[in-house]
Amino acid sequence: MADTATFSPSRRFILGVVGFGAAGFAVGCDLRAADAVSGPVTQTALGPYVRVGSDNTVTVYLRHIEFGQGVSTGLTTIVAEELDADWKQMRFEHSPANDKLYGNPAFGGMMGTGGSTAIFSSWEQLRAAGASAREMLRQAAARKWGVNASDVIVAKGEVQSGNNKATFGELAAEAAAIPPPDAKALSYKQASAYAFIGKERDVAKTFGRLDTPDKVHARAHYALDYHPEGVLTAVLARSPKFGGKVVGFEATAAKAVAGVTDVVQISNGVAVIATNFWAAKKGRDVLKVTWDDSSAEKRSTDAILADYRAALAKPGQEARKEGAGAAALKGSGEAVTADFEFPYLVHAPMEPLNCTVEYKPGESCVIHSGSQMPTGDQKAAAGVLGLQPDQVTIVTHLAGGSFGRRATPDADLVTEATQIAKAIDGKAPVKLMWTREDDIRSGKYRPMSIHRMSARLNKGAIEAWGDRTAIQSIMEGTFFLPPGTPDFSAIEGSNDIQYAIPNISVDVHFMKSPVSVLWWRSVGHTHTAYAKEHFLDVLAKKLGKDPVAYRRELLAKEPRLLGVLNLAAEKAGWGSPLPPGKTRGVAVHHSFSSYVAEIAEVTVKEDGTFAVDRVVCAVDCGTVINPDIVRAQMEGGIGYGLSAILGEALTIKDGAPVQSNFFDYAPLRMAQMPKVEVYMVASTEPPSGVGEPGVPPIGPAVANALLAATGKTYAKLPLGAKA
Amino acid sequence: MKLTINGEEQEYTGEEDRPLLWYLREDLKLTGTKFGCGVAACGACTVLVEGVPTRACVTPAASLEGKKITTIEGLDTPAGQAVQKAWAELDVVQCGWCQSGQMLAATALLTATPKPTEQQITDGMTSNICRCATYHRIRGAVARAAEIIG
Repeated sequence: MADTATFSPSRRFILGVVGFGAAGFAVGCDLRAADAVSGPVTQTALGPYVRVGSDNTVTVYLRHIEFGQGVSTGLTTIVAEELDADWKQMRFEHSPANDKLYGNPAFGGMMGTGGSTAIFSSWEQLRAAGASAREMLRQAAARKWGVNASDVIVAKGEVQSGNNKATFGELAAEAAAIPPPDAKALSYKQASAYAFIGKERDVAKTFGRLDTPDKVHARAHYALDYHPEGVLTAVLARSPKFGGKVVGFEATAAKAVAGVTDVVQISNGVAVIATNFWAAKKGRDVLKVTWDDSSAEKRSTDAILADYRAALAKPGQEARKEGAGAAALKGSGEAVTADFEFPYLVHAPMEPLNCTVEYKPGESCVIHSGSQMPTGDQKAAAGVLGLQPDQVTIVTHLAGGSFGRRATPDADLVTEATQIAKAIDGKAPVKLMWTREDDIRSGKYRPMSIHRMSARLNKGAIEAWGDRTAIQSIMEGTFFLPPGTPDFSAIEGSNDIQYAIPNISVDVHFMKSPVSVLWWRSVGHTHTAYAKEHFLDVLAKKLGKDPVAYRRELLAKEPRLLGVLNLAAEKAGWGSPLPPGKTRGVAVHHSFSSYVAEIAEVTVKEDGTFAVDRVVCAVDCGTVINPDIVRAQMEGGIGYGLSAILGEALTIKDGAPVQSNFFDYAPLRMAQMPKVEVYMVASTEPPSGVGEPGVPPIGPAVANALLAATGKTYAKLPLGAKA
Repeated sequence: MKLTINGEEQEYTGEEDRPLLWYLREDLKLTGTKFGCGVAACGACTVLVEGVPTRACVTPAASLEGKKITTIEGLDTPAGQAVQKAWAELDVVQCGWCQSGQMLAATALLTATPKPTEQQITDGMTSNICRCATYHRIRGAVARAAEIIG
């Protein structure tokens, strides 16, 4: 199958014939018509990322998963640009799980999608991949036609010299025999010559998102859609309290449900397996499990917050000190303090977690999933099943959202699924499905936290700034963090505050709980940006300063932050009069190597409720690969961030989650979505992330607009409906 | 019992309480209809029953005897085609998981209200959740589909 094709260890990468049955997991390409006309297509690899089909398609292998952020278009664009391809011939497919070929330098060489790294970590590599394949095609044409390579032109998917002409597909086999050029010898286009990079989509769809057609016409394949003949479906009963362990279970009633085939215990609970989902779910509904809660969480949210407040009374681990640090918080002038409280948040991607395991004991395992860390899953599965990692094949499908949930260092989903497959000796393919309730109630949350903000104002300025946080670490205990190293990613955005303040103190307490936590779209910035930007407006108000003017003053030496601030202020008409009841709020933040300013327009109504009407966003993400996808990510990031600050909270009662589904864990709906305008700073800097940086500024921008309307500090999230 | 799905008659012999969603996805392999919440709270599983948007995750297949059911795979009315064209034109999709439900909701809205106001678009679409928050473009695409229908 295409996804398991292996590459020769030499510098030549030649693939054999790939039949159409094998293309079954390819996404983004509808090859059925071609099949009818011309039979099987030969795919020829020109390096690890580029495959040219005998039908003249060019398929780019994605080492990052497409879960909506647009990498299938963005990464393909970079290759197409340097390859001088025709956009119509471009396709994409997820790469196999292979760290050597597809590792992410930003993940220490392990495959991984996250941290808004896809474009910036791939930029040099994929330019090289495209340029290298172009040179191989050029050399192949020169050899075939007996002309100098310098007389061969590659343009718009055609290779030409005098009267000789060929498509990429016609030259592919010969090109594969050419040694790939030395990376240092490759030449790249000037930005002014770009045909695809920076180009807007067009309405006639000659250029646009590559995943749109299949997603609009229900041809896209997600992991949950994979449903082989004879597959069994499993649902797992997990501990109601975080950290509970199975003592025993009574499955007579579950086994009596028509369709239930097996009930098995695994490390994380008891799985009910059936011939279809509905039977499995009904079986689980009547399953009785006894739990040992001796090491489980038993506190409720209020008690956890009280523990956090107690910790905050003392200094934590120092993460940043400027000037005299915390000592400067005491002295003449006005001292200001505020505690900002942030709840646990659930990722809740629309496609609930799932994967399908096809296990042959002692031989092999094929896992169909939509994972952000496929090689980590591969190793975890091999460990569970007693196989070597190369006996485990990961087939990566499109994922229906993720927001970080599918990047788990402990491979939670695949560990559960392979334990289930092992427990039934691989007698049939088994699909582990999480219901929405499982998703909401099973942890891996954005950690809750309190930021204790403090400042001393003196002589019309902020003389000292303090930001002390109590929070659980995400990275502690994972292979991402060497033991004993403090996890300052928990307060990214706090410890690198860019405002020119003479005395700064940032410190952190790492709190413990069996409630599991994970990176949630923009990770630490989800709370640090709010604490920093809203507190700054609280102080600016006390100082009688305009929020934009004061930021300009404090960011005079930060040109890129200043650039987005000024662009947003101009486009939003900052300072121009608004109708009664309407106010504006601004926030600016640096995350994932990008810079974003957002200005929110908010209406506070007579009944005390409020609406976010309009958001103006300015982003500097370096070279813009695809402006419409940058726009889409800012729009979506604003919606995702707004959803959290308006109404999302996962609370705990006696160690168990209170919420269970979308009626009590309530995501943003259309009626709450503001109009969004996105502006990009023209830049020739290398491209940087856009998946996450749109999220952090929206919360404080809205809170600052409310502060302007009511004079109140908005210290407890979510904000709820009332101003 | 007989169900009519995308114009084809199907013989349903499954359990009385089994939701239509699972019959579509697991038995008929019509996987364009998506599972999102299982409690009619998100709209990812929206299908049209006699043209009315219906949550397949809580509607027993056995309750639909003799009814005409349309899924995303069979969306061939002028409104439905205009909706899909507009969705493609505006590149509405991100992850895409909720979009079948969104497009069926939009089709029902435009079939009942061919020239919706902005408020009618919001009212017609607000019960469908999109976690990627493509709402901004969905608004635009519904308006564009109305234009295409003419």
